[in-house]
Amino acid sequence: MSWFTQTVTSSLGKKYIMALTGLLLGGFLLVHAAGNATILLGRTDFLSYARRLHSLGLPVTIAEITLLLLFCIHAVTGLVLFYRNHQARPSPYAVSRRAGGRTWGSATMAWTGIAILCFIVLHLTNFYFADHRRSLADIVGGILDNPLYSALYCAGLLALTLHISHGFWSMFQSLGLNHPKYDGLIGTCRWILCGSIVGVFLTIVILLLIKRNYLA
Amino acid sequence: MTAPTITITIKIWRQAGPDVQGSFEEHTLRDLDVDMSLPEMLEVLNEQLTRQGKIPVAFDHDCLEGICGMCGAVVDGVAQGPEEKTTLCQLYLRHFHDNQTITIEPFRARAFPIIKDLVIDRSAFDRIIQAGGFVSVNTGAAPDGNVLPVARHLAEQAMDAAACSGCGACVAACPNAAAMLFVGAKISQLALLPQGRPERERRALSMVRAMDREGFGSCGNERECEAVCPKGISIRNIARLNREFLRASLAADETV
Ligand code: HEM
Ligand code: SF4
Ligand code: FES
Repeated sequence: MSWFTQTVTSSLGKKYIMALTGLLLGGFLLVHAAGNATILLGRTDFLSYARRLHSLGLPVTIAEITLLLLFCIHAVTGLVLFYRNHQARPSPYAVSRRAGGRTWGSATMAWTGIAILCFIVLHLTNFYFADHRRSLADIVGGILDNPLYSALYCAGLLALTLHISHGFWSMFQSLGLNHPKYDGLIGTCRWILCGSIVGVFLTIVILLLIKRNYLA
Repeated sequence: MTAPTITITIKIWRQAGPDVQGSFEEHTLRDLDVDMSLPEMLEVLNEQLTRQGKIPVAFDHDCLEGICGMCGAVVDGVAQGPEEKTTLCQLYLRHFHDNQTITIEPFRARAFPIIKDLVIDRSAFDRIIQAGGFVSVNTGAAPDGNVLPVARHLAEQAMDAAACSGCGACVAACPNAAAMLFVGAKISQLALLPQGRPERERRALSMVRAMDREGFGSCGNERECEAVCPKGISIRNIARLNREFLRASLAADETV
């Protein structure tokens, strides 16, 4: 086995992969949230942002393929880890109590990951694979004025919040970046990033539910 | 003056051998001295079982002073019991209340097979140490005491890591049955000191590979290990292990 295969197939190597792909996925989320924030400015601004983004052409396609690859690598590696970790304790404890380390976020990483996966399938069907003869603003408005979709999108955001509430800190630890000097900074960034990403998306979902013709 | 006593009901895991099905057994013990430790309570139970003509509970211990790391069990769902930074032998009945029911089960992990009742086979840790948890020293005359300068703060950190007794509670408490806190401590105690530097990369690669061979899970950074460790080993040692392995994987000249 080459040194590279040996590294990425080791237990620590899989965690480096999770951390790096998780970091890049998080970076995408930040850009995605910033772009979608134009929805808050109204139909014209949103459409002109979308038009300018898609007029970039090839770079957008490359970014899409990279993103898909990152996503698949992260999800597959995550599920492999989940399965292996399950195998590492074949008979569970009769009584099991948290000793103080575990959080809701950390305890549900695989489940929130699977929920995000399902959400992305729904999300892509709703928008990416939608009939693009209609304008994007109409597509978005048409989906998010439906309370059922609003609820599903809120559930997706809840899963995302839990996932990154643990994932953000965990990523640094997995890459060996844990030092008393940076505890405070990492802790603050974790909540600012988590709050701003989820905040923007949640505001859009709620806004489009209450003001149904906002994007019309 | 007589010491206060309490009555405890224990639900304890009984398993006759490695490959047989185990189950819980319930026993009530009366008039126990509150200053008894958990292993001492198990001795009382065993006397009671012997008098009844039953087979006593097998459990491990050695020093009974919280030093050696031989004792260990999961008490009411927490490895080494609900008190912070204590081994099983430093957990006393005064930490429980009268008529309490306590559930006692062995550490559970695929890499730590149960031998009998509460006794588990922790030789997986020995094999990880054999893979690289040492420094090679030339024989001959002892070197001068102070020939290698060691910064005080590094000596302290190395000493903190070296406190790990290999008890295995970190594996027992980890939701993924990972051995990262143990291996992190063992890597750190050597990586921090000049004597450990020459074999640093080989050590990181070999020990992680040995750990993976034993079938431990991988770290989810949930910090349950740190919360139960009787020696207070910090997960910063796990971060150091992640760094050491990354560095060795990317930059080692030797192949292992
Ligand atoms: C936008 C989406 C996502 C982002 C931003 C994200 C981010 C992260 C981050 C930063 C980590 C921490 C990595 C570490 O501990 O070093 C992580 C862990 C994890 N992710 Fe994701 N993730 C996303 C989607 C998913 C999906 C779709 C799955 C699929 C099942 C998933 C499954 C997991 C699992 C199982 C872990 C825990 C790995 C472990 O510690 O064993 N994630 N994620
Ligand atoms: S790190 Fe702590 S819990 Fe784990 S084996 Fe060492 S002393 Fe025991
Ligand atoms: S018997 Fe030695 S630490 Fe408990």
